[in-house]
Formats: sequence, C-alpha cells, structure tokens
Amino acid sequence: MPPLALSAATAVTALGRGTGPLRAGLLARRGGLQPCDLPDMPEGIWIGRVEGLEAVALPPALAGFACRNNRLAELALASDGFAEAVAATRARHGAGRIAVVLGTSTAGIEETEQAWRRRGADGALPPEFDYARSHDLQSLPRYVRARLGLRGPALAFSTACTSGARAIMEAAALIGAGIVDAAVAGGVDTLCRMTLHGFAALEVLSHGPTRPCAADRDGISIGEAAGLVLLERAGQAPAGAIRLLGAGASSDGHHMSSPHPDGEGAVAAMRMALRSAGLAPGEVGYVNLHGTGTRANDAMEDRAVHQLFGDRAPCSSTKGWTGHALGAAGAVEAVIAALCLEEGLVPGCLGIAAADPAFRCDIVTGNRAAPGLARVMSNSFGFGGSNCSLILGRAE
Amino acid sequence: MSGLRCRIAGIGLLGPGLPGWAASRPILLGEVPWTPAEPVIPPPALLPPTERRRTSLVIRLALAAATEAAAGAPDRAALETVFASSNGDGAIIGSILAALHEPAGVALSPTQFHNSVHNAPAGYWHIAAGSAAPSLSLGGHDDSFAAGLLAAATAIAARGGPVLLVAYDAPLPPPLDAVRPTGLAFAAALLLRPEPAAGVPLALRFRTEPAAPPASGDAPGDALDALAAGNPAARALPLLRALAAGRAARLALPLLEDAHLAVELGPC
Repeated sequence: MPPLALSAATAVTALGRGTGPLRAGLLARRGGLQPCDLPDMPEGIWIGRVEGLEAVALPPALAGFACRNNRLAELALASDGFAEAVAATRARHGAGRIAVVLGTSTAGIEETEQAWRRRGADGALPPEFDYARSHDLQSLPRYVRARLGLRGPALAFSTACTSGARAIMEAAALIGAGIVDAAVAGGVDTLCRMTLHGFAALEVLSHGPTRPCAADRDGISIGEAAGLVLLERAGQAPAGAIRLLGAGASSDGHHMSSPHPDGEGAVAAMRMALRSAGLAPGEVGYVNLHGTGTRANDAMEDRAVHQLFGDRAPCSSTKGWTGHALGAAGAVEAVIAALCLEEGLVPGCLGIAAADPAFRCDIVTGNRAAPGLARVMSNSFGFGGSNCSLILGRAE
Repeated sequence: MSGLRCRIAGIGLLGPGLPGWAASRPILLGEVPWTPAEPVIPPPALLPPTERRRTSLVIRLALAAATEAAAGAPDRAALETVFASSNGDGAIIGSILAALHEPAGVALSPTQFHNSVHNAPAGYWHIAAGSAAPSLSLGGHDDSFAAGLLAAATAIAARGGPVLLVAYDAPLPPPLDAVRPTGLAFAAALLLRPEPAAGVPLALRFRTEPAAPPASGDAPGDALDALAAGNPAARALPLLRALAAGRAARLALPLLEDAHLAVELGPC
C-alpha cells in the first residue's frame, strides 16, 4: 500500500485524556489500572477506567447520542487538538471526502444496561432510551461524523478485539481506492457489565493488574479507551508525521474463543502486513504484542512472533498500562506505536520482573532506549479467530 | 468521485417465503405469488457437529446465505468475507442483558458470551470453510447492507481478491423489539469478484446527497418490496430482483441520512 500519514492522533485511556499522560506514563513506567470500583461488577478484578467520563456533556444538538461510549469519543475529539486537525483537513479536502471508520465491540450497550434497570412494570424499556443513537454499533461513527461536520462514509466495524486495528486498515483501503482523501479511524470501547461479567464467565480476568508475558500471568484487566488517528496521503500531512506503512488481516478458522495453538492466523496477518509495507522482518524494530495476559494468548503469540522474527525483534505488551481496551485496543496501541517512534522507546511489559522462561522471543521487561527506532508492528487478535497487524514508521 | 467496480459471481438468499436464491427467482420475478412465511433455517452442514451444536439461529441464518452464494466457488477458502448486520445476535444479547439483571445473581454462559460478538457468524464461517482469509463484520443500522457493499467493494479494490458479502438480520426479543422493530429473519449474500471475472457487472459510487425516492415504474411496488422497509438485510431486495430479471438497473441505496450508495448493475 502507498504509505499514509497520521496527520493527527489521540488516545484517552486509564492514564488520562490525550497522549500527554499516556506518553508520560510509558516513560515513567506508571500504569493506569486500579481495583474495580464500578457497581455490580465481578469481585476482585482490576480495570482501566477513564476518570470523570460520566460527567462529560455532548454538544446540545447531539445530546440524543449520550451514552458512555460516545462520551469517551467526545473526550478523544477534544484531546490533542484532534477535532481542530480534522477541521483543517476538512477545509482542504471537503467534508464529503473524509470517512469515519471506527471499531467498537459494545458501542453504547452500557446505556441499555442502565435502561434495563428502569424497565416499567410491563418490562418495557423507558421511553427516553434511544436505541439507535446509543446501543446500535453505528451510533459511534454517526456521532463522530456529526460532531466533526463530515459527510463521507461512516463505517462501524466490530470484529471483537481487532476492531480498532481493522478500522485503521480499512480506512487506509478507502483512501487507497480513491473513495475519500482522508479518514478519521480508530476505536472506542467502554466498560460495561456485559463485557466484564462475560470475561469473568470465561475465567480469564486477572485478580490483580494484568501482567502480560509473566510466567505466572493470570489473565486480562479490561480497560476502556478511545484511540483515533486522522489518516491522509503522506504528501498532504504535516512534515514528519508518523506513517502507516502496512496492514494485514487473517482469520484463524479454528475456534471461536481459543487462538490456533501455533498462531497460524497471527503469522498470516503479520506476513500480510510486512508484504503490504514491503518490509522484511529484520526492518521492524519493535513488536507491540496483543499480549492480553492470558495463558493461551501470550504463549501462542510468542510462538507466532518467533516464527517470523526469531529473537531479533524486541517485543512487549502495553496492556499493563491501559488494560485490554477490546474494540479500541488496536487503535490505542497504534497510537502507542506512534509515541514509541517519536520517543525512540521500547516500553517493557509493566509489572513483571522477567518474561515467562518458556518464551523464545526477546520479551522486554524494562524500558529500553531505542533512538534509531524506525518501524513498529502492532498486533491485535480476537474472538472469532480475527487477526490484524499494523506497521507504523517514522517519516523517511 | 471515483467508483468501485466488481462482478457478482454468486448469490445466496433466505427470507420469509424466499427459501434460497434458486427457488426464489420466480417469486422475485413475479411469476409465482409470494407467500410470507417464517423462513426455515437449516443447520450449517459445513460445520463439524461440535461447532454446529453451538450455533444460534442467527448464525445459521447468515451461514445459510453464505453457503448458497459460495456453493459454486472452487476457491471458497480464499474468499475474504464481509458480514453486515444491524442487530447482530439479538437473542443472545437479550438473554445476556436479562441474565445481568437476575436478582439471584449473575451467571453468564461462556458459550453465549463468545457467540455474542458481532463477528461470531464470520468466525463460524471461516471454521466451516477452512478459511484463513481476512474477515470484516460491521453494523450500519438500517443501512447495513449498503455499508457492507461499500466495505466489500473497497476490499476488492484494495487487495484484488474475491469477497463474500453476507447481510443478515433477525428480530430482537422483548423488550428490545419495541425500540428496534425488525421484520422476519432475512439474509442475502453476494460473491463478488474483481474484474474481469465472469459475472454481472456491478459499479458503486458514494454520493453525498440523500437517495432520491425511486422513480415511478422503476420497480413494482408490492408486498415483497415492503419487506425491505422492515429488515435491514432485506434492503438487498431491489438489487436481487434486478439480478433475477437479468436486467440492467440503477439503484440508490441510502447510506446515512444525507448520503447514498449509487449502484449500477450491468446487463447479465
């Protein structure tokens, strides 16, 4: 694919609003996870929660879109000058030439959970509950499109934990196909009871802050987050903007919730990303792992990454900082990859002293200075056997 | 604005009184009267029994249309897929929401939870087809079919391979059905191939103005057409009727309030 540029990028995570606190947290090795303090959630778990989310107001004209997920999207649009950057791009290309392509696993279903509690005696949901503008997957890109005054296509992808990465990959495809000149792409996913109790039922939630790649890792910490990038052709972006160099996707075709043990699907997605970027494995300086902290995922991913990179590429998961942001994870980690490129940083897995001795990749456990870091791969894998791999790089 | 071009090389259909593409052609042409009836959704024969047992009705609905559209494809495992659905698996979402509010305590079924993801039908399809090809799942409220068509044609343009598009939707259970009414279960699938493959030429353009109401005499407005108003996947019907007739057609599929997908179907 022709390289595209990230004209703007932002993330709102458990570490705070915008890339500022995320960058500072990565550099200082200070994470954002905390014991779960939301009501009616599984006992004894940790979460990545965005502070003050409940109090965020949407613009009055768009108040009908109010739900936890769109509040988080609103915070992201207001961070890092993102909405202003989109406005400048809109002035250049026209509103109809900018797409909104976003991933989410649960959209505004937290709003439905609240409405469910207020059901009438006949079981009916309360009249003020707005299904189309909260629960519906399309609610997220519709809100962002309306908020930014855009007129291009709006697509809501939901491929479980690859949603945010796939949204970035397909936004690039829309630009490549000439349908649009730019795209707001990424993912937004919020904490809700369905997700936390669902993962609890699968017995994959960690009892402390998640510790991906540790020998005694015990599962996932779920986090809520938004990650957004503004993609356009490299020649139209600010000088020095981080590039999206390649993307790849695949299906396991193996099992609904367990990855292929040897990571065949993961390898296929990484290979496709390398091919689309025209890169050899040796040209990637850091692999940001999906690294959820479950026994099965991390072991599979170590085997898959080792098959392509051997022990030559430093690898780590940053979910110890943010938690697993599900449908936003791939987008947030693309933004983290951009920060790592800007800082020349390989952020070692948080909260672990040493990697699982059974792992064969170069798993980094402390921050490593990497001043020449030029290209980063970011992996995302999900339920349904969905895999996606992105490659970002510094402008040449 | 640039357009997207591809060929329709296979069709699948399962809806009320529409038991498969081949069987439904005379009905779509108006040669045989349409009788509305709850569709009979077959178990997915392609899946091994252990996986088949875990499939819900909505997963089976999507797989039935996918299976028919890809039946003649020698490269089934190489097909990328796009699954488009507004409601996803409403029965599962409804049952999880109910379980979350059980006064006796929350006990979710692990199988229900992993089947609740929007890409569950896609996951089962790729297991059934033994396929490692990329797969997308998307939602688009009433415009899910048009959104899926745009995503599928974009994938062809970007990656140059064939794409199986599957649009499916089924009614939600109470109390969600009151806030999101949906007509009887409907699924349509199109096997799309890059030019110059054999098949019916299809050209798409995204237009930044609302779809004009259909010109009078463009298509017979009848009970079958009314299905399209009640189920997002049934918005494929005008395209399917033109395909059944083997005639060239220009269609405007609404995509968001202020835009549409302009569709040109070449003569067969």
